[in-house]
Amino acid sequence: MGKIEWAMWANEQALASGLILLTGGIVGVAGQFRGWQFAAYGVAAGVFVCLLEYPRGKRSKGTSVARTGQYCFTVCVKAFGPLTRNYYVRAFLHAAICVPGGFMLATVLGCVCLGIASLIYLAAAIRGEHWEPILPRTETQRKPVPPSIKNPPSNPPPRPPPEMRRKRVDDLEGAAYDNPIPVTANEY
Amino acid sequence: RGRHALSWARAPAAALNFNCMLILLPVCRNLLSFLRGSIQFCSRTAARQLDRNLTFHKLVAYMIAFHTAVHIIAHLFNFEFFWDAQLTNDTSSLPYVLSQIGNNDNASFLNPIRNNHTSPTLITFTTIAGLTGVAITLALILIITSSMEVIRRSYFEVFWYTHHLFVIFFMGLVFHGYGRIVRGQTVSSLRTNQPERCFNHSDTWGEDGSDCAVPEFAGNPPGTWKWVLAPMILYVCERLVRFYRSHQKVVITKVVMHPSKTLELQMKRKGFRMEVGQYVFIQCPSVSRLEWHPFTLTSAPEEDYFSAHIRIVGDWTEALYQACGGDRTEPQEAWKLPKVAIDGPFGTASEDVFRYEVVMLVGAGIGVTPFASILKSVWYKHIQKNQEVYTKKIYFYWLCPETQAFEWFADLLQSLEGQMNDKGMSDFLSYNIYLTRWKETEAAHFRVHHEAENDPITGLKQKTLYGKPNWDNEFTNISTKHPGTKVGVFLCGPPQLGKALEKQCLSHSEADTQFIFNKENF
Repeated sequence: MGKIEWAMWANEQALASGLILLTGGIVGVAGQFRGWQFAAYGVAAGVFVCLLEYPRGKRSKGTSVARTGQYCFTVCVKAFGPLTRNYYVRAFLHAAICVPGGFMLATVLGCVCLGIASLIYLAAAIRGEHWEPILPRTETQRKPVPPSIKNPPSNPPPRPPPEMRRKRVDDLEGAAYDNPIPVTANEY
Repeated sequence: RGRHALSWARAPAAALNFNCMLILLPVCRNLLSFLRGSIQFCSRTAARQLDRNLTFHKLVAYMIAFHTAVHIIAHLFNFEFFWDAQLTNDTSSLPYVLSQIGNNDNASFLNPIRNNHTSPTLITFTTIAGLTGVAITLALILIITSSMEVIRRSYFEVFWYTHHLFVIFFMGLVFHGYGRIVRGQTVSSLRTNQPERCFNHSDTWGEDGSDCAVPEFAGNPPGTWKWVLAPMILYVCERLVRFYRSHQKVVITKVVMHPSKTLELQMKRKGFRMEVGQYVFIQCPSVSRLEWHPFTLTSAPEEDYFSAHIRIVGDWTEALYQACGGDRTEPQEAWKLPKVAIDGPFGTASEDVFRYEVVMLVGAGIGVTPFASILKSVWYKHIQKNQEVYTKKIYFYWLCPETQAFEWFADLLQSLEGQMNDKGMSDFLSYNIYLTRWKETEAAHFRVHHEAENDPITGLKQKTLYGKPNWDNEFTNISTKHPGTKVGVFLCGPPQLGKALEKQCLSHSEADTQFIFNKENF
């Protein structure tokens, strides 16, 4: 199990928990259940967790697959700097957020799931993982495209040094060379 | 409000019974392999559907998730309604009266919320139904989040270990109804209190002069076990078969390192029998006790060993390569080779190749491996044993992004080419190799050597072509050359190519020539 990045799984679990908390909250508010205030909290907390967890972090090893349209979320989350980069903070944050959900049946499932996500984030933090934003690669980071593909050659092909280029009248055989591409007369 | 909540909960529960029955079946791969072998005699189409077992497993899983969500939300409303009924304290309200039934004997009650000191949350965590419900929902959520493609492909252990929570899921599911929390009016009570007549007179039930007695309720017996017991037993059998097979001794007889990071393992196991294009799961305990990885067999059934060509792309394959002494140049002692276990072989669509008179084989990159087995088998059948083979013509297309991946397969094609020329059968196999990507420097080399007799890359007489094949032309040519025949099209490659080929098969299957598309998948 050496190469697992727990944060990847914690992220999936936390996003799912956010959605579950949100759904439970909506049900509680719409159905006007007793304790609907907790349900309203569930809606707010659910939305917050979803926004925080939607941008996937960059994997330290391997290719990272970004979620659709996550760039703007990445920018927002990145703006909080060490608060969102550090997984200890996330673990405790999720643990704190999930507690009020436990007071009402509609949100209790979201509460437990978020608690589990918090534990996985704790494991990730202990292993030294941290959140890196997935940013699109800028122009300067890409390997430069070889100019030969874009423009026709601007220099003539390399030739041997001048003393060899001089026609050697004493050795006509040696002066000849094979043209690799068949030469035909211009037909324009 | 909330009158229908219980119905809304029981409907998905019924659907869940059905789906939980189905979900275990597609992952019993030994059972499916056996079924596939038996069904093939009746209908090839039906047998081919069994290749999509994992897709089916996922679809059923999505259904389970959906129905679970509906079930839970409905119960939330349901319990809120029960709680309201208990708390109204209004004797003229039917729900309140119904809620008071059974307060004395605690057996004939209807409302699971027994008094106004408890709450839905407490009931959830103190009843069998509630506890099992929470436990199995948690298990389901954990299974789903760890099965997301990102996790599955990169961190296999997380996926595999967490997926075993399905054991908790099924146990909890079976016991979910044991508390008999869903209540119905007993048969004897229905005689003394008929709901259609009596529901309006709830304030006079049981009093002298009333013809409605106080109704009695009892719990409905649990029914889920009837649905899931058989699949659970089948799955246990499947795991036992896998366990037995994994302990059969497998010997690595030869390890060959091919260029472009391909490792060939030749193995033997007592009683191993295979068909062309089948695959096996290979486990190497010294590398990982948990991981079983599928590889297509590249040997023909006629050979006395079976082999797999393994591309070294990830941690497990790299570790296997090290364990087989791949990085050492001197030959290894046989006893130093690692122990491996094999599960399989399992059948795929490639077995059907010889049932067609004309065959188109398309392999992209490493996807050409099942066809190695087929071509070798063809070689043995026709050339060495001179058997009458139904297949008369093979068109082989290999699409490859880089030149380096050619070598081990090119060797095979070269020897086939030579043998076929010797026997005067050069018409039997027509192969086209397409180089789909190339570097500038390589392109210059090709231009210069364009006129050479043998292809500069593969050394084969049939030249390598560049770019992607024009499938329209290819299909048209084949249908003109072979009118009135069923042409089998076999692909091992990326899904986009599959879609393109499928479209071509459909559009070119007019008149007599029929193109039948078979996709190999893992």
